[in-house]
Amino acid sequence: MTPMATNSRGRPVRPVAVVSFAQAKNVRREQEHNEVEMLMPIVSEAFGAVGLNKNDMGFICSGSSDYLVGAPFSFVMALDAVGVWPPRRESHVEMDGAWALYEAWTVLQEGELDTAFVYSFGRSSPGQLDRILALQLDPYYVAPMWPDPVALAALQAQALLDSGRATERDIAEVSARSRRDALGNPKAQVAKDQSVDELLSEEYLVAPLRRHAVPPISDGAAAIVLAAGDRARELVEHPAWITGIDHRIETPALGARDLTLSQSTTDAARSAGLDATSVEVAELHAPFAPQELILKDALSLGSSTRINPSGGALAANPVMVAGLARIGEAASRILDGSASVALAHATSGPCLQQNLVCALAADPDAAVGKKVA
Amino acid sequence: MSDDVTTLATPIKIDYSYTAGLAQSRYLHGLSQGKFIGERCPKCRKVYVPSRGSCPTDGVPTEEEVVLGNAGTVTTFCVVNVAFAGQQIEVPYICAQVLLDGANLSFMALIQELPANQVRMGMRVEALWKSPEEWGPTMDSVKYFRPNGEPEAPYESYKEYL
Repeated sequence: MTPMATNSRGRPVRPVAVVSFAQAKNVRREQEHNEVEMLMPIVSEAFGAVGLNKNDMGFICSGSSDYLVGAPFSFVMALDAVGVWPPRRESHVEMDGAWALYEAWTVLQEGELDTAFVYSFGRSSPGQLDRILALQLDPYYVAPMWPDPVALAALQAQALLDSGRATERDIAEVSARSRRDALGNPKAQVAKDQSVDELLSEEYLVAPLRRHAVPPISDGAAAIVLAAGDRARELVEHPAWITGIDHRIETPALGARDLTLSQSTTDAARSAGLDATSVEVAELHAPFAPQELILKDALSLGSSTRINPSGGALAANPVMVAGLARIGEAASRILDGSASVALAHATSGPCLQQNLVCALAADPDAAVGKKVA
Repeated sequence: MSDDVTTLATPIKIDYSYTAGLAQSRYLHGLSQGKFIGERCPKCRKVYVPSRGSCPTDGVPTEEEVVLGNAGTVTTFCVVNVAFAGQQIEVPYICAQVLLDGANLSFMALIQELPANQVRMGMRVEALWKSPEEWGPTMDSVKYFRPNGEPEAPYESYKEYL
């Protein structure tokens, strides 16, 4: 058995790796297939890549929200895409799949099981996404005004501009780079080669946000296979080891925090033992372009880190999936041997309220135990 | 204080459009033609009606269509005695799970043409369809199920479906 490393708090960490990732093509409106039919091809793709099937999985965990499709227990019906007979250990989070992955990683830490399957699905097209997302807000003072996510992100963007730490050009540069990178991602929804000046000439959608700074509305699904220790080494040549993972949440009261900072991201990164200087590739879940600038600061990422080579959430933002997809995209850079240290981030709630940081490396001991100053 | 705010009404309304998917669409179109269309799992050979496109046991696509007949067996039931708002059926009435012959999944159905206190597990029933001009992609194409006069099915034949 592999000797246990320790995390930044001196606790033992069992090496667990992402060994497979699959995602559906992100589209504005999936009208032909239901959730089960959307998931089935990527479930078999994720298993097929490592020669496993559902019966090899010790644990199954999914992330989704019934509010999106307006169907109670849609996550239970979605299990049909995996097939759970004989009965197996399974769980669900009413959150982005990145948090389902966190639960699966935690279960694997117990040491009883060697494999886990994580998936998520999100279809924003059946409902009214702006109204659905308003329902996650304070039900007494905020939600009754139905503030939509674009308006809330615009408040955050304005605060960032007022702080003097970013300009509208900086925001447009994030979008231009993301859309250009998305041209190389066959699963992306928005992929274009546009100049920053072209983007800056757009009208405001909700000032100071122009269309380019706002994510598309997407239907999508993603799946990841996790394996521990030697099992991961048997399955793939370059397992993407999770060297640290943690998440933090901030107050739901929007007026009670500095929207231009992301303390929860900084804290999660520190707890995950992230050494920012070593990160070659970072997949940041920043649905709105200015949020990437806030996250980059919160994670102390420098110019040597390549951010969102997949195009990120500006290229496709399936709610409940985009965070898990960031982990999958970052892990893919290690699985394909092109990077040795990568970082994935997922967010939830309005204006980066809750954040998860997942540190990945080709060497399971690379970043484990290191503390961020 | 008597003027404390103790309740707050915040009306919520959200509209959804529903995507049935390929398999359920095949089932719903079957209802428009007066047919129950199930789908068979290529692995375990079970027939699901309706199918959601996947075998929940094996997790593989169910693509072979199987047209089922109108006869089936009551696996379990309840008798509804209390009317609710918008109730369209006269109480008491029987709400049953019916396993169509040749299917491996029961569905919920209304049973009529017998006193509610005479329904039994294992009772053989048949679908009574509305007239063809009333058929549509909905279970409303079926008026209800009723006893078909056959002898009670043995417990062994439906015990796996309870």
